[in-house]
Amino acid sequence: MGTIMGGISTLSLARWHFGITTVFHYLFVPLTIGLGMLVAVLQTAFYRTKDPAYDRMTKFFGKLFLVNFAIGVVTGIVQEFQFGMDWSRYSTFVGNIFGAPLAIEALLAFFMESTFLGVWIFGRGRVSERIHLMSIWLASLGTILSAAFIVAANSWMQHPVGFSIDPVSHQAVMTNFWAVMTNSTFLLAYGHVLFSAFLTGAVFMLAIAAWHLRQGHDLAGFGKAARIAIVATLITAVGTMFLGDSQAKQMEQQQPMKMAAAEALYNSAYGASFSLLTIGDLSGQPIFQVRVPHILSVLATNTWNGKVQGINQLQAEATAKYGAGSYVPVIWVLYWTFRIMVGLGILLFVVGGVGLWLMKRKRLEQSKHFLRFASWMILAPFVANSVGWIFTEIGRQPWVVYGLLKTSDAVTIIAPGYVAASLVGFTSVYTLLAVVEIGLMIRLARVPTPVLSDTEVDALPELIY
Amino acid sequence: MLGLLTTSPSGLEQLWFGLITVLWLGYFFLEGFDFGVGILMPFVSKDDLDRRVTINTIGPVWDGNEVWLLTAGGATFAAFPLWYATVFSGFYLALFVILVALIFRGMAFELRHRSSASAAAWWDRAIFWGSALPALLWGVAFADFVHGVPLGANATWTGTFFDLVKPYALVGGLSTLSLFTLHGATYLGLKCDGDVRDRAQRVARWLAPVTFAIVTAFLGWTYLTAHSRHEVGLVPPLLPIAGVAALAAVGWMVRERLEGWAFLGTGLVILAFFTTLMLNLYPNVLVSSVSPSDTLTISATASHRYTLEVMSWVALIFTPLVLLYQGWTYWIFKKRVTRPGATSAPVSTNV
Ligand code: HDD
Ligand code: HEM
Ligand code: HEM
Repeated sequence: MGTIMGGISTLSLARWHFGITTVFHYLFVPLTIGLGMLVAVLQTAFYRTKDPAYDRMTKFFGKLFLVNFAIGVVTGIVQEFQFGMDWSRYSTFVGNIFGAPLAIEALLAFFMESTFLGVWIFGRGRVSERIHLMSIWLASLGTILSAAFIVAANSWMQHPVGFSIDPVSHQAVMTNFWAVMTNSTFLLAYGHVLFSAFLTGAVFMLAIAAWHLRQGHDLAGFGKAARIAIVATLITAVGTMFLGDSQAKQMEQQQPMKMAAAEALYNSAYGASFSLLTIGDLSGQPIFQVRVPHILSVLATNTWNGKVQGINQLQAEATAKYGAGSYVPVIWVLYWTFRIMVGLGILLFVVGGVGLWLMKRKRLEQSKHFLRFASWMILAPFVANSVGWIFTEIGRQPWVVYGLLKTSDAVTIIAPGYVAASLVGFTSVYTLLAVVEIGLMIRLARVPTPVLSDTEVDALPELIY
Repeated sequence: MLGLLTTSPSGLEQLWFGLITVLWLGYFFLEGFDFGVGILMPFVSKDDLDRRVTINTIGPVWDGNEVWLLTAGGATFAAFPLWYATVFSGFYLALFVILVALIFRGMAFELRHRSSASAAAWWDRAIFWGSALPALLWGVAFADFVHGVPLGANATWTGTFFDLVKPYALVGGLSTLSLFTLHGATYLGLKCDGDVRDRAQRVARWLAPVTFAIVTAFLGWTYLTAHSRHEVGLVPPLLPIAGVAALAAVGWMVRERLEGWAFLGTGLVILAFFTTLMLNLYPNVLVSSVSPSDTLTISATASHRYTLEVMSWVALIFTPLVLLYQGWTYWIFKKRVTRPGATSAPVSTNV
């Protein structure tokens, strides 16, 4: 494998390539999952009550949903093929197992979401109201299913189960599909990913509704949207935190190094404390730290004085088991990404709680400070999602399939120039898309769907696209 | 690390080679016409309203059509990991171009009508190039599978990008480009009304003979070289001949304005075209132009029995369901697309 420009290897280029394209894809994915469901809820409310405010909200958020969906789709196509392009040795090694959920995802989920979304976009006024409503629910179900299969595939890489290694080809071979789909890692990760996606949708809706309420636009409509979003934010924030906490405990069992690195805990400890923040470096001799006693032990083991394993001991264990080499991931990345994610989770929980309290006291529309703060919160779930994946994936290093295949053995043997060209290409294309997309989203989000009086009819455009 | 055994494929492996062929056929049949519509959009439209009519003919279905590609990709990954790994890493730059093209095209459909006129003009270019480049490159790639790529021992590539653009592959690319464009023209003839329909039919009338010449040359080349290399695979001469005959019939149908039949005709030509290539490939999946012993075969690249069995059950249960609801959407949106306010002309013969 060659290097270019003073030693940039195919490996590091491929890692940046994967990281950038995937994080970018995942900026849009959770909003699709979350907002899709909320739009379906709004449309159902309209179907039941015939209150035109719900209809306006369905159309308003539906438009934003569609613009977001488009970019999720086109960036997803890259995902499907880049395993083969950049990680061909990985693909050969895991295809027997990893390929199956990927293929099933396309067959079960992608067909469903794209087809029924087509019906939803073009079907208004052409299919019955009931079928139109059904189509958004089926599209939403498709997005939820798609997350199941892709997270199952990813969880297998975190915690391989239901396989054996073929002695001749040295490939991982599936022996139990059921085990792959009921992997304990998968069940928790799927729950956490789904809740965090719904949380993303809820906060997005809340933030935009809050902005319009502050401007005094369509109080009936955005008032309803904000209330639905507040309740959803609170429920999903609790779910996200609860499942995330369970994941942390499971991680101490399955990937103890990730937990140790997340806390920069060098030596095993009983009743370990949790540092809220660190100034200085994370080499074990910080200049300044805020620590909460016992919390790390509680987080990782559920007991006050439980043992949390340290980096040094785990490194020694891994060397004995797998041979010489470093088994320690990049500590500062894990340390900070974990804190940012958890911190934002708690913050969003508080936002939901305060919102509910204002709702109960019927002061929501009047609380300008809350509305302004809620609007700013729009960024929080996107940051939390990205750092969540970065934490999960970097924490697994140096493994790409935990304990079985190292990332350095997974990459395609190809001249780095190809990967560099593709990296530059996709990064430029994605930057351009982001500018266009976010510009358009802001433009659409500022214009409320007009309130029509009873005598005006909502003319259907004959051409949709 | 790879034990490249050259044994003959088991029944299950043959089944999966067949299923993956079917997925690609589905993809090319369906996305074929929406590539064609994208390529023709600038030529059959006089104004923005015409362009919108053109795009709306594929509006509800293009994304579902594209999922056939994702399913083909995913199924290849699961059923033939080494094939997936070798093809997509080897065709690196070609695949990169296809992906970028599909990205811009997909964004353009969703965003052009929400953009200013000057931005819309850029999206229109994205639709044209985003359709034309993949239409060309898929043909190049499939021709390369058959005639060979510089593949050394252990499925490692020994050549460069330029080894992939040989004359045979280029003719293959031109074949799919012209064929998909013609397929798009017959689709537009069937799906819209007024001026756009007339212009599409005019294009089909001159494009049909051109396509006939290119495709006949390519299939003839394929068949003859396969013979001389004693790699006939399973190709009976009947199949390419049927394809060429159907193409000739399409030339006549577009003249007679048999719109439904013409569309069915171009679809059949696409099926015959790719089936010929895949049968010619069998029992290989990627031919090495360096040494025959490095050619990748079905059995050397296939997954183990258990994975294939699981996948077979999933495919058996869910494929009919998918076909059913995709068919249903074509049924719901069967009406011709017209300019707002226009009264539609009497509809001629339809299938
Ligand atoms: C949004 C983020 C995200 C998501 C949804 C995923 N990953 Fe991941 N992955 C990363 C974020 C990431 C990362 C944090 O960006 C890594 C770690 C280092 C890097 O460069 O990329 C990475 C690395 C990484 C690598 C090799 C590069 C490396 O480890 O350095 C592979 C092959 C995968 N992952 C595979 C997957 C698969 C198959 C996923 C889904 C099923 C998946 N990742 C989901
Ligand atoms: C690295 C692994 C991933 C791969 C290979 C992948 C693949 C894809 C592909 C091919 C599409 C386009 C589908 C279409 O055309 O409709 C897509 C979209 C989508 N993916 Fe991913 N994806 C990955 C990560 C994820 C993760 C982790 C999730 C969820 C937790 C997810 C959920 C979705 C959803 C909901 C869509 C719908 C379109 C949208 O986002 O707007 N994907 N993905
Ligand atoms: C108090 C709150 C939270 C806790 C305790 C928590 C905990 C965790 C843990 C332990 C993981 C790693 C799992 C592993 O590597 O095996 C994780 C991953 C992740 N988190 Fe969180 N999290 C919290 C809040 C959030 C929030 C608010 C979001 C987004 C809105 C989020 C999104 C994610 C994502 C996308 C992943 C990667 C997927 C996964 O492995 O599940 N998390 N979280």
